[in-house]
Amino acid sequence: MEDMILLSHGSGGESTRKLIEEEILKYFGNELLNELYDSSIFETSGRLALTTDSFVISPIFFNGGDIGKLSIYGTINDLSVMGAKPLYLSVGFIIEEGLTLREFREILKSMKLASEECGVKIITGDTKVVEKGKGDKIFINTSGLGIIEEGMDWRGREIKEQDVVIINGGIGEHGLCIMLQRLGIKTDAEVKSDLAPLNSLTLPLLKISSGIKFMRDPTRGGVAGVLNEIAQKYNVEIEVNEESLPIKSWVKSASEILGIDPLYSANEGKVVIIADKKEEEKIMNFLKAHPLGKDAKVIGEVKGKGRRVYLRTRIGTRRILDPLKRDLLPRIC
Amino acid sequence: MEIKELLQKIKSISKKEINIMEFCGTHTHEIFRYGIRQILPENVHLLSGPGCPVCVTAEEDIDYIIALSEEYNLGIITFGDLVNVPGSLGSLNHLRAKGKEIKVIYSPLEALNIAKENPNKKYLLVGIGFETTAPNLAYTLIKAKEENIKNLYFLSLHKLTPPAMKAILDMGEIKLDGIIGPGHVSTIIGRTGWKEVFEAYRIPFVIMGFKPEEIIRGIYHLIKIIEEGEPKLLNTYEKSVKEEGNKYALETMYKIFKKGPANWRGLGVIENSGLLLKEEFEEFDVRKIYPLKIEKKPEKNNFCRCGEVLRGVLKPTDCPLFGKACTPENPKGPCMVSSEGTCSAYYLYGGE
Repeated sequence: MEDMILLSHGSGGESTRKLIEEEILKYFGNELLNELYDSSIFETSGRLALTTDSFVISPIFFNGGDIGKLSIYGTINDLSVMGAKPLYLSVGFIIEEGLTLREFREILKSMKLASEECGVKIITGDTKVVEKGKGDKIFINTSGLGIIEEGMDWRGREIKEQDVVIINGGIGEHGLCIMLQRLGIKTDAEVKSDLAPLNSLTLPLLKISSGIKFMRDPTRGGVAGVLNEIAQKYNVEIEVNEESLPIKSWVKSASEILGIDPLYSANEGKVVIIADKKEEEKIMNFLKAHPLGKDAKVIGEVKGKGRRVYLRTRIGTRRILDPLKRDLLPRIC
Repeated sequence: MEIKELLQKIKSISKKEINIMEFCGTHTHEIFRYGIRQILPENVHLLSGPGCPVCVTAEEDIDYIIALSEEYNLGIITFGDLVNVPGSLGSLNHLRAKGKEIKVIYSPLEALNIAKENPNKKYLLVGIGFETTAPNLAYTLIKAKEENIKNLYFLSLHKLTPPAMKAILDMGEIKLDGIIGPGHVSTIIGRTGWKEVFEAYRIPFVIMGFKPEEIIRGIYHLIKIIEEGEPKLLNTYEKSVKEEGNKYALETMYKIFKKGPANWRGLGVIENSGLLLKEEFEEFDVRKIYPLKIEKKPEKNNFCRCGEVLRGVLKPTDCPLFGKACTPENPKGPCMVSSEGTCSAYYLYGGE
């Protein structure tokens, strides 16, 4: 029978030690983690950012990524949009017994490559195993610590009328891809999650432009969700132009078949940016030249005081773009 | 641009104060999504009808499904929005939270796989929808019979649209000057499927597609017919709707279904408006196998006015619950559940 994770791997005994030393350290090992103290100890100074996220996606392997890669990039992105350079990660696994060792290794390898790509170290972690039926293959929690250098903290810059709303590329891809796969619908190779780490995009962008006033990655709730959060947090009215929304053709077809508006579908490699109109050209030039921003578009603008988001439709009428009011599909991230 | 031209034409020919009803929920949804009401002349009033299958599901039917799950431990297999529709004791969503098995599928054929993969469990497939979805469910049951699947039962909540339209016209609560004919249903029943209703009531009737330009073009034709005073039954969705409809789909549908009474929320029981299983498919008929008696509960939700909304008599915004106690997150009535429901469309896309 194929090697698999058993309850004993989480018992704290010999099998746990073997799992950590022979599997996990093999992939994640570094000078801080290898010491295996109860806490990892390091020195740093400056303004820090801390974030955490749990990943429960099903299926764990999907077109364009897997739960491991997602758990690294997801946390990297939460740091990156805040202007924080990612330094360290913690990783917690909750594994359902019966996960094959082959699958677990594939996830570990994918996490190793993802963290190396982002220049972060995994410096502490935990592994628990639960009985069959009490989980779903594997859940991963990651926390990320980042450092915010001088001039990178955009908080406190006032959002005002005529500010522009920018997105770095096609919307709704992650959510619709997962949904199609979950339904077992056969798809072309172009149908894949947009999963990507944003640090290489947001950090240089913040360096070249002080006109960036807000950034958030539109995961659950999609672009419509983030825009509504902005409208309510800053008391502004936002208008989105339907015709300028970048939407890939497969996303359009899938959204018609499934009845899901791409504006509400999750993204994993996108950032919604609110920026000063005067900086629009500079920002767009930067984005267009970046591999994660070549399909970037100005999708709307801030219209002044208010709390609502509106959509200017392609026939010229205007309607409310509400936040998501119902669950589209659970466990997409 | 075509839309601008059509709107100009509409403005120039539209004189009378008129009420037009769209029967189909997809039309309601698209009309709101594109803000089409805003750009029509003020004398043209669009009303939404009962054409959202989830919205017209009777409370008793939800209660029956819940009882089947609780008393006989049947796993429930059904489609998206139905799980959110409140019965008198809660929705299927609540049932799922209590640990009962509720599976949401997109294609009815998935139900066959679920039943085959779990031979020790019994499942109930709840079929819902109008003429558009019934042929797919019919095909699924034909397959189930061929494959000799014994652990799958079927509950038909399928309904037919022309009888509901007749019922609303018979009630006479609103004066209708024109009808926006459902595009999807017409692809199955054809223009022919509407002739009987049209001949009986002589109300201008235009079948139209769902793109904003198709809707505006259809409304233009409808207004033109109304203003000219000679009622017509017109098909402007020629690319999808054939005169006789889809014969293969209709044949498949009537291989397993026969017409019978159906219980409509807001309209009550209407004879010959539902699709019931024929005797040859009795082995799947959950109503025959588990004939639980469901008491009609005294209306718990005294303030929900879905019934009147479905008939076009009341605007959602005139319901005391609208946007307060009743929202898409916590719907009190089915018109708020489905994205095709009138209340949901008003709430999501409506004015300030």
